[in-house]
Amino acid sequence: MSDETAIQKVKFYQTGTHTVGNRLMDESRRTVQASIDRSNAITSGHRACQGCGEALGARYALDAAMRATNGKMVAVNATGCLEVFTTPYPETSWQIPWLHSLFGNAPAVAAGVAAGLRMRGLADVKVVAQGGDGGTADIGFGCLSGMFERNDDVLYVCYDNEAYMNTGVQRSSATPPAAHTTTTPAVGAAPGNVFGTGKNLPHIAMAHHIPYVATASVADLHDLEAKVTKAMSISGARYIHIMVPCPLGWGSAPEDTIRIARLAVESGLFPLIEAEHGRVVRVKKIRRKVPVTDYLRLQRRFAHLFEENVAPNEQVARLQEIADSNIVRYGLLAAEESP
Amino acid sequence: MSKSNLPFAITLDPGTSLANQTGTWRTMRPLYIDRLPPCNNACPAGENIQKWLYHAEEGDYATAWQVLMQDNPLPAVMGRVCYHPCEDVCNRGQLDEAVSIHGVERFLGDYAIEQRLQPIFEAEPSGKRVLVVGAGPSGLSAAYHLTRLGHEVTIREAGPMAGGMMRFGIPKYRLPRAILDAEIRRIVGMGVELVLNSKVDDIERCFSAEGFDAVFVAVGAHLAKRTEIPAHAAGKILDAVSLLRDVEIGAEPPQLGRRVVVYGGGNTAMDAARTAKRLGADEAMIVYRRSRKEMPAHDFEAREAEEEGVIIHWLRTIKQIDATAFTVEKMVIDADGRPQPTGQFETLQADTLILALGQDVDTRFLERVPGVEIAADGMVRVDERMMTGREGLFAGGDMVPAQRTVAVAIGHGKKAARHIDAWLRGGHYEKPATHESVEFAHLNTWYYDDAPRRVQDQLSLVRRQSSFDEVMRGFDEENALFEARRCLSCGNCFECDNCYGICPDNAVIKLGPGARFRFDYDYCKGCGICAAECPCGAIMMVSETL
Repeated sequence: MSDETAIQKVKFYQTGTHTVGNRLMDESRRTVQASIDRSNAITSGHRACQGCGEALGARYALDAAMRATNGKMVAVNATGCLEVFTTPYPETSWQIPWLHSLFGNAPAVAAGVAAGLRMRGLADVKVVAQGGDGGTADIGFGCLSGMFERNDDVLYVCYDNEAYMNTGVQRSSATPPAAHTTTTPAVGAAPGNVFGTGKNLPHIAMAHHIPYVATASVADLHDLEAKVTKAMSISGARYIHIMVPCPLGWGSAPEDTIRIARLAVESGLFPLIEAEHGRVVRVKKIRRKVPVTDYLRLQRRFAHLFEENVAPNEQVARLQEIADSNIVRYGLLAAEESP
Repeated sequence: MSKSNLPFAITLDPGTSLANQTGTWRTMRPLYIDRLPPCNNACPAGENIQKWLYHAEEGDYATAWQVLMQDNPLPAVMGRVCYHPCEDVCNRGQLDEAVSIHGVERFLGDYAIEQRLQPIFEAEPSGKRVLVVGAGPSGLSAAYHLTRLGHEVTIREAGPMAGGMMRFGIPKYRLPRAILDAEIRRIVGMGVELVLNSKVDDIERCFSAEGFDAVFVAVGAHLAKRTEIPAHAAGKILDAVSLLRDVEIGAEPPQLGRRVVVYGGGNTAMDAARTAKRLGADEAMIVYRRSRKEMPAHDFEAREAEEEGVIIHWLRTIKQIDATAFTVEKMVIDADGRPQPTGQFETLQADTLILALGQDVDTRFLERVPGVEIAADGMVRVDERMMTGREGLFAGGDMVPAQRTVAVAIGHGKKAARHIDAWLRGGHYEKPATHESVEFAHLNTWYYDDAPRRVQDQLSLVRRQSSFDEVMRGFDEENALFEARRCLSCGNCFECDNCYGICPDNAVIKLGPGARFRFDYDYCKGCGICAAECPCGAIMMVSETL
């Protein structure tokens, strides 16, 4: 396992590579989002909530894919927030070829689009399928597994906001333990979502031994774009899982969207990894490690963990255990910090 | 299939969501602002430090230097001798270490000397003549700024060389004379008339007979303070100012003997002791009545002196001198921070005593000028325009109440020049309003990479003890660029594209290099991510009004 992600480390003094762009950095080293010519796959006027992580994540991923394919790309969308807030009839925010069918069939439709393009001699047009965690982990799971198993030439991007947000914040199989949703209320002895349930989609994708699996975060744009770009250079089934905080469903301040995504990565709760043919090949190291409480405290869905009469909280300790085990499992700390 | 056969909905072309102006959702509005960075706020010469660092970051040293020169005509000098209060308050200091602002300034100053750069300015000749008395930092700065403003300037300097305390107070090992000379030459080259060995005794005559429209006096503080010490058959006693002056212009180096005691705890005391060491004294000692904590000298100067072998006797006063035996009394610091005698005595052996107890201003030439007020401590009183009680007569530098540093003096020169200019034109100079200060809490430091400060090389100790070669080396270009790029650009946009990239609503419009960004309030929902993720605190959220 190599220590660095796909991004080459730039010795850049004022801000490192952490900002979106930088007037002092070589153009080729800046992000797609820094460019005046970015495709803006989702344009203004969409109806996403203030501070929506998914609107951001989808634009990041699709703009990067558009650049990687020179604009030769079709996107297929599962039902979900992203589909709903971008296309209230008769308006659309999409500035790329975009197709929506059903909640559960986006991977199958995408595989069909790819096959159709190939039959028409348009194999250079690439297909990206996308959905939320509900459409991916629950409703479209069978179709997705089929798409992986057949190694269809599709990049599938899951925007994970950890519950069914557009229908009113119901639990999905990607909802983290202890989180309050309308179907996992914060009541009883173990409030919120149950520990030990749910699915780890990146692992399931890896288990299919597809050519490329990665996790990414809206808090690390350089890393995200590099992963999408890499995915677009590979044929066959590919999967990228992007964590997109949801101010509405998570009960967080709209301005904290990126901060929360960053803390998820820095605490170890959301490791940034890349896997090829079922094996982890690269991880992004934690830069400034934080306890999970830094991440949890900013979200009302975890507020019950911090009520004054509930202390010291066993659930917090178990969440910290999850983060710690991720850190060990993937080697997320830089060499000098490792235990 | 023709369109008419299709179901109704499919026949409609989709419209764009741009029709939906989500700006109406907003309750908070982001604004691009500029905040005052702490370095600029702290600079006694009023430099726009962040702005010249901005240009230096691009490797555009010539432009950086021109920006620097708008405020300070002596960057190569300042980069060496300024105590850089800017670095004490640099926000980067809370992250790792302050930016080496003085190191970059020195690099730019040296670069300009090497490249023979000239300040670029446009000024309509005003037809007014201004006399500057004294060619120290304050006088040179005033002359420079007045020239930039279109006035004809003459400097009269009583001494044989220009530079004032930069030459006669600061030893060569801190400020090589070639550097000082080059920067003075550049000011003279702009058309300033410099007359040396010309003492001004009659200010009124300068106005009446010579027809100067305004006069700026900045003669400095060159009179060494004395103290009474009972001495029997004392050895040689001299004062630090004379010593440093003699070293500068004397035909041969002063003879100090083998053991030298310097009395005082200021920067001049440190310089005198270090100079004594360089002149060959085996033992150079400093006797100071208070402790390290209370000394007026900067800590680094005491440290450098000690590195060179100067021994500092803290908490001691000299009570009596008997030939080469110095009786010193131990002191303690009381609750009020004052030194109190203990009645315990020690003896030191020394051949020479150098007094470094501070300096007074020689104000005799102003006493007869009507309206000029001189306080009991010898300081000349000036108003907020730096004008004395005599209309048209301005004063600055060490002779007015302020900190006595080169940077303050240069700042006085600039300030006086602006007010003299306004006064000559019959107006009043209004200082432009300053921006609100930027605090460390305004920054999002996640975006800044760790970058340890570069240190300047120093001359080897052996050569420091035996020669007047410059102690501190300057940065090479790589290090200067590195340091410039460590600047966080606190409070002012440096075009990192964060706001443009992280807006979920595409509501930030990028205007291109140098033109920064604009909010598209038709679509901005006011989520505030841009403000939260701006590294340098250049975006502020304000409430929308109904």
